[in-house]
Amino acid sequence: MSNRNSPVWVLMSPSALWLGVFFVAPLLLMAAYSLRPDMRGGLFALGWQPTLKQYQAVIEQGSYLWLLGISVGMAFMVALVATTLSYPLAYFLTFRVKASAPILLTVLILPFWTSYLLRIIAWKIILGSNGLINNLLVSSGLLHEPLALLLYSRQMVVVTLVYVWLPFVALPITAGLQRIDKSLLEAAAILGAAPWESFLRITLPLSLPGVIAGFFMVFIPTVGEYVTPLLVGGSAGSMYGNIIETFFGDGLNWPLGSALAFIMLIGVLALVGAVSRLVDLRRFVG
Amino acid sequence: MNKLRFPAFPLYYAALVLMLYLPIGVLFLFSINDGIAFSFPMKGVTDHWYRDMLKNAELMSALGNSALVAVTSSVAATALGAAAAIALTRFDFKGKAIFLAAALMPLLVPFLILGVALLILFAALDIDRSLVTVAIAHTVVSLPYTLLILMARLVGFDPKLEEAAQDLGATYPYTLRRIILPLIAPAMLAAWLVAFTVSFDEFVLASFLNKGEPTLPVYIFGQLRFANRFPQVVALAVLVMVLSITLFLISNWLQRIGSQAALEQRLGDGK
Repeated sequence: MSNRNSPVWVLMSPSALWLGVFFVAPLLLMAAYSLRPDMRGGLFALGWQPTLKQYQAVIEQGSYLWLLGISVGMAFMVALVATTLSYPLAYFLTFRVKASAPILLTVLILPFWTSYLLRIIAWKIILGSNGLINNLLVSSGLLHEPLALLLYSRQMVVVTLVYVWLPFVALPITAGLQRIDKSLLEAAAILGAAPWESFLRITLPLSLPGVIAGFFMVFIPTVGEYVTPLLVGGSAGSMYGNIIETFFGDGLNWPLGSALAFIMLIGVLALVGAVSRLVDLRRFVG
Repeated sequence: MNKLRFPAFPLYYAALVLMLYLPIGVLFLFSINDGIAFSFPMKGVTDHWYRDMLKNAELMSALGNSALVAVTSSVAATALGAAAAIALTRFDFKGKAIFLAAALMPLLVPFLILGVALLILFAALDIDRSLVTVAIAHTVVSLPYTLLILMARLVGFDPKLEEAAQDLGATYPYTLRRIILPLIAPAMLAAWLVAFTVSFDEFVLASFLNKGEPTLPVYIFGQLRFANRFPQVVALAVLVMVLSITLFLISNWLQRIGSQAALEQRLGDGK
């Protein structure tokens, strides 16, 4: 193979360079920025002493870490509920339908490829205080004033995100289920296992890698959410991402914002690193 | 006995699919409803909002911005992804595992963090935020998708074809052009369509890295406060959804027909 090795560098270097400059370097810069005491001078301004002041500020201002905890909790909920609700779908598509499975899967995934923003807005049209359901209830005389159904709360953020991610999670779970050797299930049946028994002792354990991959495909983007809280969470539903966004927007405190972002980045990567020791996530993202 | 069982799975599937399509249906009805607020029963059917939309210069320019960013970033991501996928599946080299991990990492970093980090980078390099910076960011986040789609296709093809070509004296660039690229062409198109869709709908990076030239999602987000313009936005959104769905279906189909199994079947049928 060595005589054909020369094309490798021609093929590899463009994307390696691209990722180096526009992915790795910015994250390192952000880490460096979080060590700055203030925003004085340009980014490459000299003479600032690296300091942990920003991190100290994050810890002293307890509400940031509290909100991070809440956001992690919310993301955990969203990922758990989405994978749980999606599992029967994937099971159905893998074991109960045959020829039509690819079509049914496509039908399920399609909405995921339409504008996320607009699907959320559509739910506001349906559920909101002036929404369809309220209009129906009021005009039919069942209610005297509109019911603000769930809108503007953390629960609504969680419900909305579950709704957004549910179809997508079916993909890795289905991939995981399809990998299971069907002869194991046949063997179990021949040896007298009840269907629920072979599900609990064969199907479920063997499908866990796909489930875990799906879990993280939801968990990661959800931890970093700030748009959904803006749309359906209101002031009561804000997440950790909303503080980061504020410091890079109107709040204008990039060093503190960088520290907050870096804390989240390290947390997410540590979690993924720990999990990928258990499961090869790469097999499920394609 | 099986046939008499309560069809719990099909019903569950049908209920969820209904839930997923309900908002899309509502948006469609909203876009043809003759009124600014939406209520049942509908006031009347109109194509008013679709005609207004076409005359709305801001909306059209946002659409143009999105198209520009999506085309550029998806072409770049497909080209970079194809080159890297060929190297990763056909050669052994040092740092392969590290590269693959780094290339897939954008899937593991929340977009908010990448957006913020790129904002700092462009500020440091004194590069003004523009559609170019958005396209750069979209290329980074589309790359894992194109890479995975193309690697999956390349793994499915027997490298013996390329080896045979080279044994018969073809140079590597010639083999690339005459053997590899034609074989992965359907997958490249599929990867391009996925990258296009990822970019076209992306909001977070587009809103962080842009100033004054909103892409469509950013524009829509900004319009949410103005109820009277909202039906036009929805009308455009319905058209965009139809486009996204079409692109996705085409991409899906291409990924299937481009596989070696499908190719062999076609060759077999020809015999």
